[in-house]
Parts: sequence; C-alpha cells; structure tokens
Amino acid sequence: MMNDVVKIRPPLDEKTVRSLKAGQRVLITGTIYTARDAAHKRMMELIKKNEPLPFDLKGQIIYYVGPTPAKPGQVVGSAGPTTSSRMDSYMETLYKLGLKGTIGKGNRSQEVIDLVRKYKAVHFSNIGGAGALIAKTIRKCEMIAFEDLGTEAIHRMEVENFSAIVAYDSEGNDLYKEAIKQYGR
Amino acid sequence: MRQIDSQVLTETVEKGFIEITHLPGGDLIAALDKARQEEDSPIGKDILTQLLENARLGREEQTPICQDTGNSIVFMEIGQDVHIVGETLSDAVRRGVSQGYTKGYLRASIVGDPLERKNTRDNTPPFVHTEITSGDRIKITMMAKGSGCENMSRFKMLTPAQGRQGVVDFVVDTVLQGGGKPCPPLIVGVGIGGTFDMATYIAKKSLFRPVGEHHPEPHVKELEEELLEKINNLGLGPQGWGGRATALAVHVETYPCHIASLPVAVNIECHSHRVKTVTI
Repeated sequence: MMNDVVKIRPPLDEKTVRSLKAGQRVLITGTIYTARDAAHKRMMELIKKNEPLPFDLKGQIIYYVGPTPAKPGQVVGSAGPTTSSRMDSYMETLYKLGLKGTIGKGNRSQEVIDLVRKYKAVHFSNIGGAGALIAKTIRKCEMIAFEDLGTEAIHRMEVENFSAIVAYDSEGNDLYKEAIKQYGR
Repeated sequence: MRQIDSQVLTETVEKGFIEITHLPGGDLIAALDKARQEEDSPIGKDILTQLLENARLGREEQTPICQDTGNSIVFMEIGQDVHIVGETLSDAVRRGVSQGYTKGYLRASIVGDPLERKNTRDNTPPFVHTEITSGDRIKITMMAKGSGCENMSRFKMLTPAQGRQGVVDFVVDTVLQGGGKPCPPLIVGVGIGGTFDMATYIAKKSLFRPVGEHHPEPHVKELEEELLEKINNLGLGPQGWGGRATALAVHVETYPCHIASLPVAVNIECHSHRVKTVTI
C-alpha cells in the first residue's frame, strides 16, 4: 500500500480521478472547500429550492472539517477530518452536480463505495486527531457561506501538500477492506 | 465545614479545559510510543509517528491536538464537609467551560437542542456528574471527549446465559463495527453490570484511569487483557488503514446487578484522549 506519492490539484478531471488507486498517498495543492453535517443540510435545502450553492461543485473536493478558531496570527486553528460516513446520504445528489472528491476519516457505506465508482469520483482519508499537524498545510482559510453555523460554516481553503490517502477509487477498490484482509488474524 | 468559593471551581474548569486540549498526558504519549514500536504495518507506524509529532506541536504551539475539542465532561467527587459559596455548582462549572472555550480558542461543538440544532457558541452546557464522598475536598475530573468516538459507543442488555463470552463478543464486535470511524488506536471503556444508566456511567468512568492501568481484581484484569488481544487481532490498526494498534488499552469496570440482567456498555475513546484531575 505504500505506493509513490502523487501530487494532485483540484478541480479534478476524470483522467486524474481514474488514475488514483486505493491505498495511494496523495499530496493536494490548491483550493478545497469545507462542509460537514449542518452545511450539507443547508446545501440540500438550496438544491431543493433550485437556488445556487455557495460554490460550483464541478470537479471540486469537499473536506469534512470543522476547525477550531484561529488564534491571532494563525491561518486556522486545529483542522483534522471528521467522520465521513455521516455525510453518506448526501453523496448521490452532490456527485450528480459534479463533485469529484471528498476527504474525511473512517470507512463509509457500501452505497457510497458504489457511487464513487458509478460517478467516477474518489474519496480520500486523512489522519483523524492530527489537527495541529494538518493545519500546517493550510495556507489560507476564508469563510464563504452559512456564517451562523459557526465552525460548520463553509470555508474555502488554500492548501499546499495536504496529505491524504485514496480510500475508495473509481474502480470500487476499498482501502479499509484491504487493511483488514491483510492484517486481521 | 470548609468553604470553597465557586469562583475557584470556575477557574479550575476554565484552566483545565484549555490545558487538556493541547497538552496530552504522559500516559497517553507513552502508550502511543509503545504502539509505534510494536506496530508491524508500515502505514500504521507512519500514522503513529505523525500522531506523536502532532502531540509535540500541540504542546509547543498550544494548538488543540484535535479540532474536536469535545463534549465537556466534568465528574466531581464532593466531600460532604464542603460548602460551596457564591454561585451554584452547576453555574460555576458552566461558566468555567464557557470562559475556557472562548479564551482558549477551542471549538464550540454543542447545539442547545438536539432537534433544532442551534450552536450555543461556547460549548455549554457541560455534562456534569457528582458523587458525594467523605472529607472536605472536591476532586474534579475534566474530559474533553470527541463525538467521532462517542458515536461509535454501544450498549446492550445481555442475558446471564450469554455470560462472559457474550461480553467479549459484544465488545470486540463494537470495535469492529466502528472500523476507522472513531479514530483508532482507541481506549475502550467497558461497563459491565448495574442498570441501564449505571453501565454507561461506569464505562465512561473507566476512561479516567491512566491509559493501560489494569483493574485491581485479577479476573477483571484478565478480561481486559483478553479483550485487548482480540481487538488488536482485528487488523483495523491506526485509523483503520491496517495494522496491529487498534486499541491502546481496554479498561473494564464492574458493578453489582439484578439476577435477570447482564448490561454491557462500551464507551469508545479515541487516541486524542484528554483528561485531567484536579483536587481543590
């Protein structure tokens, strides 16, 4: 599973997405967007009412994170991933609108694994509980929507060599299942 | 009767939460380091190395080690010869949490109503438990507990027929079902016995022991060791990306129970284990 590290830059095109394989390490540089539970609910309401979303999803990556407030002089506080599976029920709607990638922690449902394959998307995991370290790769963080949600507001982040691993790829491969197969006794 | 000003409680709680969120205990660091040395998966070893680096950054830069600065849990053992003057105990602790989370740049993660879900913006209310003990001191244990792991906790009423084996199967399956979601390597808190509420209470309390410290009773210690071995054979490893270190420790607490009952609660704690006890 320790393949060479691949550098990627969103927005992701289909060729890049198809080249990524479960277990591969990636370094992401460029723009990503934050959204977690409450922001997803808001986005669903907007979609239902045919209103525009705070950002165009096409080819973009959503990072499931709610950072701690930045101290004076900091770009962002601690900023590690939250549990991906809580956003499972929103995925098909978002993939239909062109979302290509997501970043979070932990395994997701089979339904999402199937959707990742169907919509030729990719899901990344990064290290939960490493929020101080991860924040070092975030260069800018700007709130763009849903300010009243506090930490759950949508932020645009500029990241540089943001480290993650491909958890589910466009062919349906699954890092988490492979891990248990390889290391379970 | 010894008098304690409620302001002392407020200040203790304020300071406590600011400290634990960026300064992990020596017991946790030692457990992570041991897991790193024993880890046979390269990716697992790498994750544990990064977690130790993250802890160093937290300490040196006073940045929270995890962005989920948690549910603010406060357990208090109050000596019956203490009289609190000033605010009520509940208000004093609440104010301590509010001040700590605001001044410490900690994340406000609590919604005031579980259905309406509006953020209270200062992480209040805390979850406070009190026990009356002898003496004239107050022992305050503070825990910042993330909900990624809290969400993977489970409770089950087993039958006496299912017995010890039933307990083992339920605890191991709880960890397996959680997979990578609760941020392994975990600390697994288990409460066996009591009632519906008591089992979950002692499961949470078991997490206050220094990481890996065994229960004093030999048969409970043996159960802790068996559970840890079985959990670490699952192969989930750090973050569920594969390896040995699925759990750093299993802590079991027991309590008397009814002839018809065998309640079991599993309170899952992540590696961002933030606990501190202060006696005033």
